[in-house]
This record gives sequence, C-alpha cells and structure tokens, in this order.
Amino acid sequence: MTAPQRVSYRLESTLESVNKAEEMADQIAAQVGFDEDTRGGISMAIREAMINAVLHGNKYDAGKRVNLTFEQKGPEMTVIVADEGTGFVPEEVPNPLAPENLLKQSGRGIFLMRTFMDEVRFRKSSSGTEITLIKRLQGNDPDRQEAST
Amino acid sequence: MSMKASTRQVDGITIVDLSGRITLGEGSVVLRDTVKDLLGKGQKKILLNLGDVSYIDSSGIGELVSAFTSVRNQGGELKLLHLTKKVHDLLQITKLYTVFDVKDDEAGAITAFSKANH
Repeated sequence: MTAPQRVSYRLESTLESVNKAEEMADQIAAQVGFDEDTRGGISMAIREAMINAVLHGNKYDAGKRVNLTFEQKGPEMTVIVADEGTGFVPEEVPNPLAPENLLKQSGRGIFLMRTFMDEVRFRKSSSGTEITLIKRLQGNDPDRQEAST
Repeated sequence: MSMKASTRQVDGITIVDLSGRITLGEGSVVLRDTVKDLLGKGQKKILLNLGDVSYIDSSGIGELVSAFTSVRNQGGELKLLHLTKKVHDLLQITKLYTVFDVKDDEAGAITAFSKANH
C-alpha cells in the first residue's frame, strides 16, 4: 500500500478560496482515480464545505482563515475544511427535502456534501468548525480502510 | 467562468439565455438582478434557458428557487429550458425538478405559457 499523501493550505475567507479549493479537489480526485461524474460530486461537496466555512463560519472576515487539507491514502480521499467561526449544530439545519423547506433559498449545502461523499463528519473545536469529508473508490471495502485510520 | 445573461422576447415571453456558472457570488447576483429587472418592467412570463449553464451550486439553486417564488408571487410564471445533465441531476437530487416547470424545447415552452394565460 502506498504511503498517505497529505497537503494543507491556509486560505483567506474569500470566494476565490472557494473556487480554488473546488479546482484542487477535482485535480486530486483525478489523481486518486475517480471518474468524471464522481469528481464532479466530490468537487461540489468540497465547494459546499468551503462555502460553509467562508460564508457561514468566518463570515468573510479578513482576519480569519480556512484550513484546507487533502489526504490521499490508496483508494480513499479525505478532505478536511476547518474554519474559525462560532460553530453550528448540523442536526439543527432543517431537512431541505421536506415539502415545507423545498422553496427555501438556503440550507442545501450539508445535504449536497452528504449526497456526494461516503462520509461527512462535523466537529466543533476551540477555534471553529471542522468538516471531514471522505470518498472511496467503488469496490473498496470501507471497513478495511477504517482499520488504518 | 463568469455568468452571462441576455434577454429576448418571443410572443410576449421573455427568454433569458444564461451561460456559465450560477454559483455563490457573481453568477447568483447576475441571475437575481436580471429577474428583478424584468419584474420591475412588468415582464412576468420568464423562460430561463439553462442550456449553456455548466454548473450550479447550492447558492445557485437557492437563486433559482428565489426567482421562481418572486415571479409567482407577482402573478407571473417562470419556466426552465434545456437543462444540462448536471443541472437536471441536481434538481432531481434536491427534489426541485417537479417544483419547476422544465421544458426541453423552446417552441413548446412558449406555447405552454400561452395556454396558461388564456
């Protein structure tokens, strides 16, 4: 098995950072070997996590940063997006698929992350919110991957 | 990468040809301002041509929903035309495909507006 490859960035709370993260996610997903459709989903999930961090977490505050980490471990891609905001409770975000919420303008970001990734975890830290997103190449047993995490 | 919007009139219907990405920031703002401008001029039958829209994020979806409800609240109609596979799939996933009136040919879409207003 190849050694994990890990790269981290400290990004400004801007739309440019959101776009940059999306592009990097697509490039790394291609290196892992995901097909074009799956890459589109992954890059969208990362985009949504970055929007969450930049817009809702850091609120475009020029003094706050977003830490973005990509880790490639064999057939598994892990992305960690950490902001410096006040945090939120993901369970309190209304279900965007409920009939009464369908016509709401916002609230679909977390749903899209969960739709396109195999795992999405939220963690409140002392400095903000950390979102971990994991995607595995199809045909790889997730239990075997968990043993090494 | 940025989004462009141009409008044209066909049989009393305003067709908005959109191209690019409808995403947080410029893309969403262009769509919002375009629809707001049309409603301000009393043009309430709007067909959004998304044939050249390559990508929409959650902010863009929100903007489409907002446009739909704004037009409807003013007694108008907003329909979508020529969804790309990506956009089609996204609207399916978010259960919005059946909320919007989606058309795949322009002439048929124009006729649908006319029928609905007679």
